[in-house]
Amino acid sequence: MEKELIRLDNIVMHFGGTEVLNCLNLHIRDREFLTMLGPSGCGKTTTLRIIGGFVTPSSGRVLFDGVDITELPPHKREVNTVFQKYALFTHLDVFENIAFGLRLRKVGDADCKRRVGEMLELVNLRGYDNRTVSSLSGGEQQRVAIARALVLHPKVLLLDEPLGALDLKLRKEMQLELKKIQQHLGITFVYVTHDQEEALTMSDTIVVMNRGEIQQIGSPTDIYNEPKNAFVADFIGESNIIDARMEKDYVVRFAGSRFECLDAGFTENEDIDVVVRPEDVDILSPGAGQLEGIVESSIFKGVHYEMIIRTRDFSFLVQSTDNQEIGREVSLLITPDAIHCMKKSPRPHGKEGGEEDA
Amino acid sequence: MRKRRTSLLALPFTIYALIFIAAPLLLIVVYSFCVSPQNGVTLTLEHYKKFFDFSNPVYLQVLWRSIYIAVISTAICLLLGYPMAYILSKLRPGLRQVLSVLFVLPMWMNFLLRTYSWMSLLEKTGLINSFLEAINLPAFNIMYTQWAIVLGNVYNFLPFMILPIYNVLIKIDQSVIEAAQDLGADSMKVFGRVILPLSLGGVASGISMTFMPAVTTFVISKLLGGGQNALIGDLIEKQFKTTGNWGFGSAMSVIIMVLILLAMNFTSSYEKDREEGGQLL
Repeated sequence: MEKELIRLDNIVMHFGGTEVLNCLNLHIRDREFLTMLGPSGCGKTTTLRIIGGFVTPSSGRVLFDGVDITELPPHKREVNTVFQKYALFTHLDVFENIAFGLRLRKVGDADCKRRVGEMLELVNLRGYDNRTVSSLSGGEQQRVAIARALVLHPKVLLLDEPLGALDLKLRKEMQLELKKIQQHLGITFVYVTHDQEEALTMSDTIVVMNRGEIQQIGSPTDIYNEPKNAFVADFIGESNIIDARMEKDYVVRFAGSRFECLDAGFTENEDIDVVVRPEDVDILSPGAGQLEGIVESSIFKGVHYEMIIRTRDFSFLVQSTDNQEIGREVSLLITPDAIHCMKKSPRPHGKEGGEEDA
Repeated sequence: MRKRRTSLLALPFTIYALIFIAAPLLLIVVYSFCVSPQNGVTLTLEHYKKFFDFSNPVYLQVLWRSIYIAVISTAICLLLGYPMAYILSKLRPGLRQVLSVLFVLPMWMNFLLRTYSWMSLLEKTGLINSFLEAINLPAFNIMYTQWAIVLGNVYNFLPFMILPIYNVLIKIDQSVIEAAQDLGADSMKVFGRVILPLSLGGVASGISMTFMPAVTTFVISKLLGGGQNALIGDLIEKQFKTTGNWGFGSAMSVIIMVLILLAMNFTSSYEKDREEGGQLL
C-alpha cells in the first residue's frame, strides 16, 4: 500500500450561514485514483477546491506530505487542476496554454518545447501547437486543459467534473484515456463527479458524499456490493431497498417473508434496510421460489429486460435476460449472498446529480 | 420571399441613412473639392493645398496640437480609467451596479453645462483658487492653457474609457484566473499574463471612444482653452460660421475623418482579435 499523501483533518466549511462540509476527514494515498462522488451540493467540489487552495476551510487542516498547507495560496501548491469548463486562456494558442506554467517557472525555450511536445503526445494532440483555443472541439479543449495541468509534473492532479460537457461516447473514451494517463504517469488523481458509472469505471477508491458528509469510502466493488447505507446503495446503481427486521443473526424478515442471509452482528429484531440488486433476483415458475408475484411491467434495455414484479408487500425491480410477459404469475428467489443488510439511515432525496455543484 | 420582406422592413432606416448620413457626407466631400460651393461647382484642390502648405504650416500646427492634446487626454483617461474599471469589476454585484450608475451620472447633465461649470471652478477667482488662497497656497492657473483642455477632455470622456474596459473585465471568468493561480501565477502575474491581455479589446474600444471626441472637440477648447489654443474642431467651426469658407471647412472635415478612420481601423483590428477575450469556451 502506498503512503499517505494528502490528509484532510476535521474540515468544516461554511458559506454564509450554510454548512457545506461537516467535519470531513479523508486521506488520499500516493498514486491513487480517488473519486469523490455525490449529488450536486454534497460538498465534493468544495473539498476539491480546498485541496487546490482556492478556498480556505472555516476550520480544520489540510496536510500535504505531512506539511500543513491550509493557508498556502494555490500558486505555491504542488497540485494542479483540470477545471470543469476547461478555463483555457483564449488569448494564447495551444502551445502557449500548455507552456503557461513552464514560462512562469522560467523554463528555457528548448526544455519548454520538449515538455509541451511530450504532453501533446500524451493527450493525442500532436501538431496542434499553433491552433487557437477557440478552433478546438470540446474534447480537444479538454485535452489541452489536461496537458496544461500535467506539464508541471504535479504530484496530484485535481479534476473537477472534467468530462461533464462531453457527449456520452467521447466521455467513455476519455474515461479510459484518463485512467491510462494516470497509470502511465504514476501520480495521484483526485476526481470529482456525480456520475456513478464514471466513478466505478476509473477509481481505485470512491468516496461517496452526501450533504457535506462522507457516506462511505471504499473500492468500487466494495461500494457496489457492500453499500454501507441506503443512500450509497441507491446512488450507486439500481437497487431494491426494503424495510426489514433482523430477527437474529443470519435471518432477516422483509417483504412478508423470512430469508437467510450472510449478515450478523445486529441486535435482535433491529429495524434495518436490506438492499437487493435487481440482477441478483432470480425469476422462477410459480411456487418454486420464496415470494409469489405478478409481472407489472417490462422494458427492453439492450442486454437485459428490466421488470417490475409486484409481490404482496413490495414491488421488486428485477433484471433478467429472459423476458416475462406482463401479467404472468412468477416466483422470486433471493439467495443469501444477494441480500445485503444495512443499518437504517436517512434516504437520499434523489440520485440524479445536477450539473452544478456547490 | 422572406428575404424581400425583411429588406422591406429595413427600408425606413435605409431612407433615413441615405438622407441624413450618406448625403451629407457626400456633400462634404464634394464641397471640399469646390472653389466656392455656394456659387456652383468648380473643381479645385486649393483647400487641400492650403491645409498642407508646408511653407505656412498654421493649419498643420493646429492639427498637430489637436492630436497632441487628444493623445495626452486619452492616455490620462486610460491611466485613470483602467484601475477604476478594474476596481469596479472586483466589487460585489450590488455595489458594482450602484457605482457604475454613479460613473455615468454626470453624463445625464448637458455637456455644455458641465464644461461651463469647470470654467467657474478654474477661473482666477474661481472656487479652486479661492480655496487655495484661503489656506495660503499659491494660485492654480491653468485656465486658458492646453492643460485646461486636457482636463476638460478627461473629465468629459473618462466614462467612455471606463465602461468598455469594465464590460470586458466582468466577463473574464473566475476559473480562468484560478487556472493561472493553479499553474503558479501570483496576483501580479495573473494580472500581467491573463487579465491584462484578455482585456485589451476593451482598452482598444476605450481608446477609440475617447480619442475620437477628444480630437474633434471644439466646445471644450473654446471654453477652457481660450482663443490661443484653437483646435482643428474650432477651425472647422469657424470656416462654416464666421469665415464662410465652406470648401475649406469641408476639406478639413474630410482630413479629420480620414484620420479617425485610420485610427479606428487600427483599434478595431485589435478588438476583432480579442472579441472572445475573457469569455468561457
